[in-house]
Amino acid sequence: MTSLTVRNLTKSFGALKVTDDVSLEFVPGEIHAIIGPNGAGKTTLISQLSGQLRSDSGTVLVGERDVTRLPMSDRVKLGLARSFQITSVLPGFTALENVALAVQARNGSSFRFFRTVSDEAALNDAALVALREAGLDHRADITARSLSHGEHRRLELAIALATEPTILLLDEPLAGVGGEDAEAFVANLQKLKGRFTIVLIEHDMDAVFALADRVSVLVYGRIIATGTPEAVRSDPEVRAAYLGDEAGEVV
Amino acid sequence: MSDATAAPVSTARRPLAGRLKAALVLFAIFALMPPLAAVLNDPFYVLIGTRILAYAIAAMALDLILGYGAMVSFGHAAYLGFGAYAVAILSRHGVNDLILQILFAAGISAAFAFVTGAISLRTKGVYFIMITLAFGQMAFFFFISLSAYGGDDGVALAQRSTVLGMDLLKSDFGQYYVTLALLVGLFLLCHRIVGSRFGRVLTGIRENPTRMEAIGFSPFRYQLTAFIISGCITSVAGVVLANQAQFVSPAFMSWHRSGELIVMVVLGGVGTLAGPIAGAVAALMLEEWLGALSKHWKLFFGVFLVLMVLFSPRGITGLLEQLGLARKRQ
Ligand SMILES: Nc1ncnc2c1ncn2[C@@H]1O[C@H](COP(=O)(O)OP(=O)(O)OP(=O)(O)O)[C@@H](O)[C@H]1O
Ligand SMILES: [Mg+2]
Repeated sequence: MTSLTVRNLTKSFGALKVTDDVSLEFVPGEIHAIIGPNGAGKTTLISQLSGQLRSDSGTVLVGERDVTRLPMSDRVKLGLARSFQITSVLPGFTALENVALAVQARNGSSFRFFRTVSDEAALNDAALVALREAGLDHRADITARSLSHGEHRRLELAIALATEPTILLLDEPLAGVGGEDAEAFVANLQKLKGRFTIVLIEHDMDAVFALADRVSVLVYGRIIATGTPEAVRSDPEVRAAYLGDEAGEVV
Repeated sequence: MSDATAAPVSTARRPLAGRLKAALVLFAIFALMPPLAAVLNDPFYVLIGTRILAYAIAAMALDLILGYGAMVSFGHAAYLGFGAYAVAILSRHGVNDLILQILFAAGISAAFAFVTGAISLRTKGVYFIMITLAFGQMAFFFFISLSAYGGDDGVALAQRSTVLGMDLLKSDFGQYYVTLALLVGLFLLCHRIVGSRFGRVLTGIRENPTRMEAIGFSPFRYQLTAFIISGCITSVAGVVLANQAQFVSPAFMSWHRSGELIVMVVLGGVGTLAGPIAGAVAALMLEEWLGALSKHWKLFFGVFLVLMVLFSPRGITGLLEQLGLARKRQ
């Protein structure tokens, strides 16, 4: 059984083929990393999976369900959540409000016009749980625009968690996070392992090899290898195309 | 950064409380205005005051979508017209009840807002402004061609509306206080909406529509609903204006009026509800005052607006904040 299936997905921007016949199967509970050089098409692939971008051809299945034609907002309701490489939150809302809105999206109607939403304990409590899982609960009342870059990355994760996903598409959650912060964040992600199917795009190889069950390598829109981290690391084609010196150091 | 103490969770409600307080101060001043005018022996102010309160309703309703939903409607005067013509049309058929007239106005407005909003919301930014303007002009020309109601010249009203059989609007004082009651009631309605689940979604869409889609909201239906609510509330202002002037004409819905409504919102401070109410007061008083001083008053008003935008981009609300009289938003 697979939780997310991608078949022969393509996408072109003009003459540029950014996603080139990508087929992948994601197993429930696995962390599946997708790595590849800058401009390989990783973010584009995530956008196609989440529904932000329309695919030129191919299919995306969540479980058995074909979601290829569904818009992003409908796919979230089927358990497909994403985070953004470039932080995309509601800057004027507090961290808690950002997350509570994601909770609200899955809990009851939003066509309620009279009751004060900030008093809804059920929303705030669930939001706080998601913030805690992302390690940001101590900053719940801070306006998003006043949060640091590292905290923004955590807020992205908390918002995605609050949508009650079964599949998490994380686009470089560690982008721009370094040192201890990155280690702590990896530990956070480690705790989530098994509860969701996680598609992890990441440049930080330490994080990838610490977290991933399987790794796929995307180069010029094509998947050139899929396998365990060890197998991929020693794949000569991958090393030639992408890992290069970096892998040399690790091996 | 990590040493922040784990404060008890209370979401940012302070802007809400500030909005309520500012509005209550304004309403208190409005309530005291007629006795003051009586003391000053200038009852004319009560009639002007009614007009100001009506525009305050309209500006506040526009703020609901402009300030909270980032939808700059340049055709909102159409709803003033629907309100005004609802009075003219119903009273011709013997229906003088204010409540029925408001319901009729709101019904027409909801239908018009539903159709034009659904089309306009396919566009964004400057295109949205232009297309709402175009729909507003369509409504304007429709009423110009409505010869049964005087066409271009409009039509005088034989009497003011009644409320459940009572002649509450007969005196200028009564009319003023009924209008004030409408303003207060509709403000409380908008205030609730803005603080509700729906209001949070609307504000979220203003802040970042892509993020909203990524958590499962499709912006269109929420924006359209807000657009309809705003149109309906604006039409109440039109009902009042028809009574105040005892006259209805397409001039109520010219694009100048739509522009004036935007000016009131911006002048007062977008996304504050109470601000645009103050903006309506300021804009109309300046109009009276400058109009009496010089027939080139629009020029002076323009200069004033430019200065305002230069020195207080967030309008009167921003000015009060700078003076320390209102709480700053984060
Ligand atoms: N909307 C767009 N229009 C045109 N070209 C685009 C668009 N989005 C992405 N591209 C191009 O598609 C290619 C893939 O971009 P994408 O952002 O998917 O790469 P990526 O693997 O995520 O890169 P990075 O590691 O830098 O995040 C790039 O060459 C980029 O310039
Ligand atoms: Mg990318």
